[in-house]
Amino acid sequence: MKLKMIAIAAVATALGAHAAVADKAIESAIKARQGQMQLYAHNLGILGAMAKGQADYNAEAASAAANNLLSLASLNAMSMWPQGSDMDSVEGTKAKAEIWTTFPAVAEKSQAMLDAATAMAAVAGNDLESLQGAMGGLGGSCGGCHKAFRTK
Amino acid sequence: MARFIRVILFLAILGLAAFYVLTRPGSVDEAEFAGLTPDVVHGKDVFHAAGCASCHVAPKAEIGDAPVLSGGQAFHSDFGTFYAPNISPDPDHGIGGWSTLDLANAVIEGVSPGGKHYYPAFPYVSYARMAPQDLVDLKAFMDTLPPSDTDSRDHDVGFPFNIRRTLGGWKLLFGSSDWVLTDVDTPELERGRYLVEVVGHCAECHTPRNALGGLDHAKWLTGAALPGEGKVPPIAPALLDWSEEEIAYYLETGFTPEFDSAGGAMTHVIENFAKLPAEDRAAVASYLKALP
Repeated sequence: MKLKMIAIAAVATALGAHAAVADKAIESAIKARQGQMQLYAHNLGILGAMAKGQADYNAEAASAAANNLLSLASLNAMSMWPQGSDMDSVEGTKAKAEIWTTFPAVAEKSQAMLDAATAMAAVAGNDLESLQGAMGGLGGSCGGCHKAFRTK
Repeated sequence: MARFIRVILFLAILGLAAFYVLTRPGSVDEAEFAGLTPDVVHGKDVFHAAGCASCHVAPKAEIGDAPVLSGGQAFHSDFGTFYAPNISPDPDHGIGGWSTLDLANAVIEGVSPGGKHYYPAFPYVSYARMAPQDLVDLKAFMDTLPPSDTDSRDHDVGFPFNIRRTLGGWKLLFGSSDWVLTDVDTPELERGRYLVEVVGHCAECHTPRNALGGLDHAKWLTGAALPGEGKVPPIAPALLDWSEEEIAYYLETGFTPEFDSAGGAMTHVIENFAKLPAEDRAAVASYLKALP
């Protein structure tokens, strides 16, 4: 009897520990992807300030920001989007559960982001007009994913 | 309990409406539309500003340059679920057989060619002040879109909301109202008011509603909760500190001043407004800053 109790306690502890580890992994993944989004926003802000005329155009700074965006869009993000890290399952995220049920669509949106970042990186250092022209494509690719997969 | 109160209120309206015998569907003044020549290019701008495609394309379909307005998107509310109908130019399944006056009665009066009230999920309360010329142009543009043979789906609305005649009473209470911003002293502000209060129908999502689904004008554009969309943010100036340039830029690119990007249904609005002339986005921004 005592042995059984100990066994149950051991299993329960193991399960609990497992759950805690899983929570931690999901929490870390959400933090990581939100960090990635923050890096997008920071670099977009540099380009956007020039596009809007709030900052002087600087080819070097524009290229650097655009290349950062391209690097960010090139990251393999799979591990940052684990199952169970949607807004219905955990707090602190606005990611819709549909992300995990409509996989090809997500991959297409991610490719669109990569294409838009590639286009920006190719022209950001040329002149202000080219930068302004590529901003809309970037905005569209952010919105493309947020429309379907994030609440706001 | 809330539901019970709603039903009681609804029955009160029912009596009121019957008393005044004013539930009769109205119609537009034909003379206002006589002799107007359609401008299909301008009709495209009206179409985008009015956001027709956002709700009337198939669920999850892209809008693109020539949207297929086959309908089917679901709109959940406290009163039931509404399904956007097929408004493509197909003569049998869509609205290809409609005259310009039929469209005007639908958009401005919220009344079908058969004389039935539409549910206000269709934002005719906002569209009511649409200029006749804009409607004529809109009709000409919509006729150029691809037809779809998808059947429109019936709304899923329970008693007593399924009696369309009662909507005549609802319209009496909430159907028409004065301009919210009465003081417009520049053409830009006037244009902005027309885009926000009428064609862009911003208030339909950004203004809270009362128990019967009427817009609460005292809380104009102060944000609301929308089923399926969560919290819709406030855009009244006391609650949104973006500059006019930032608002216009957001409507063009979807980027907030912090370079977050729009999500949910607002991405449709951005997609539409990005296609409008820059002056229209600036006009919307000037209106939003001019609100008290």
